[in-house]
Amino acid sequence: MLELTTYGVVLGSIIALGAIGLSMVYGIVRFANFAHGEFMTAGAYIALFMVTGVSSWIGIPDNTFASLSFGWRMVFAFPFSMACVAGIAILFDRILYRKLRAKKSGPVMFAMSSLGASFIIRMVLLIIWGADYRFYRPGLMRPALQLPWGIKIRPDQILILCVVLFLVVALHLFLQNTKMGKAMRATADNAELALITGIDTERIIIWTWGIGGALAAAGGILYGIDVQIHGEMGWNFLIPLFAAAILGSIGNIYGALIGGLTIGIAQQLSTAFMLPTYKLAVAFVIMIVILFIRPQGIFGKE
Amino acid sequence: MIILQIKDITVGYTEIDILHEVNINVPSGEIVSIIGPNGAGKSTLLKTIFGLLKPRHGKVTFKEWDITGLKPNMVVRKGISYVPQVDNVFPSMTIQENLEMGAFIRNDDYSLRLREVYELFPIMAERKKQKVGHLSGGQRQMVAMGRALMLDPEVLLLDEPSAGLAPVLVSGIFEKIKDINATGVAIIIVEQNAREALKMAHHGYVLATGRNVLDDRGDALLANQEVGRLYLGG
Repeated sequence: MLELTTYGVVLGSIIALGAIGLSMVYGIVRFANFAHGEFMTAGAYIALFMVTGVSSWIGIPDNTFASLSFGWRMVFAFPFSMACVAGIAILFDRILYRKLRAKKSGPVMFAMSSLGASFIIRMVLLIIWGADYRFYRPGLMRPALQLPWGIKIRPDQILILCVVLFLVVALHLFLQNTKMGKAMRATADNAELALITGIDTERIIIWTWGIGGALAAAGGILYGIDVQIHGEMGWNFLIPLFAAAILGSIGNIYGALIGGLTIGIAQQLSTAFMLPTYKLAVAFVIMIVILFIRPQGIFGKE
Repeated sequence: MIILQIKDITVGYTEIDILHEVNINVPSGEIVSIIGPNGAGKSTLLKTIFGLLKPRHGKVTFKEWDITGLKPNMVVRKGISYVPQVDNVFPSMTIQENLEMGAFIRNDDYSLRLREVYELFPIMAERKKQKVGHLSGGQRQMVAMGRALMLDPEVLLLDEPSAGLAPVLVSGIFEKIKDINATGVAIIIVEQNAREALKMAHHGYVLATGRNVLDDRGDALLANQEVGRLYLGG
């Protein structure tokens, strides 16, 4: 049980990275982005390309760090992939969502467009990389560490938690202390007043997409390191992402973090009683229940 | 000297015009009160000045600039600040952060201005770190005005600052508005509370069904019997 909880925290922290971005985009750009899962997939594949392709061309050594399953190549690929997906997210906003905003389109129009965007990204990835399962480093299973109380955890998983913690703290400091971060919170709070105050809300929207895309990419890569890379992975994450964001009150990034961890733990614990294939159903049931009993989420106002 | 001139403004949200050929002049440093019944288009006028609505025709001139149809985030850069009637604060942010957002477009050191705003509203200085969402209506109104003042505007647009406030707080807010005006800021105030708004106004305008009906010095309008009967409740 404790072991499952630990795995749940790992999965949950990955879900949280996606859910935070989803929640931020909802809070500031005001729509449910169905393509958010695909940002995760794109991040994982771009990192794969950097690790297995570009790194060897430019001669980054293929060693691994101590007992981790990756090395310098991933250190190089990780931020590069985050930046690429941030760019992709911003690009989609510029060519698609900005036009819908200018036309004052309704939320359904936005949601359907993002669904279309998700198909485009997923199919492009499938065309390039195919439908096989991929790994950053095939055929290598690092032994797990034995912790007290019989918990087994792989060094990779500890690192995943550290990376997520680092990203979340960095985001927190950015939002609380920088001028741009505060302007983002102000826009999420009251977009019209932000405009009245002189904040260029289009610039805030670009920042939001960039950060949301980068965090999703990080989540996708970490999932690739922990489990595997697959073209449908992001799409399969969509329900847990929405469940986490809604549970933690959509628009609230701290809520999304708590929501992500809760969903991750619930999903992993469920495997003690049910087939692992029902994991997604668990997230879906939690989402339905929360929509019934407290649609504004745990941190929402009455 | 006229600092803000609204000339022959016709505007509406849809095809139906709300304002018809409205003219308003704001002399620098004065308080101009705009009164009139519900639906007269008073709030629409402020939104048009601030670029939230595009007029069908007419012209808004601020100092030497034609600001007709300029976007709000550009109008504010010229030196006009606007306090909407509702949703005029960032509720999840602290008082201090609300004021910082007011100074968003300033790249200079605004700590002196921050101190001045806190001196104007001492109650805010005591609660800098409190979230605005937890404050009472009157305190929120002060935060909203403080936010608008951070830019040291030359003209302040106030949309019904006394709306929804308990009667005991209303006079306090009007006192603050007079204090703000005393620092040299010209103010356009739109009010339901017509008597109070005219008392402190240098100049008053009466709007009805989107048209200019009357304009005169504030005290002259207060003394006007017709205005008294129609808009001041006898």
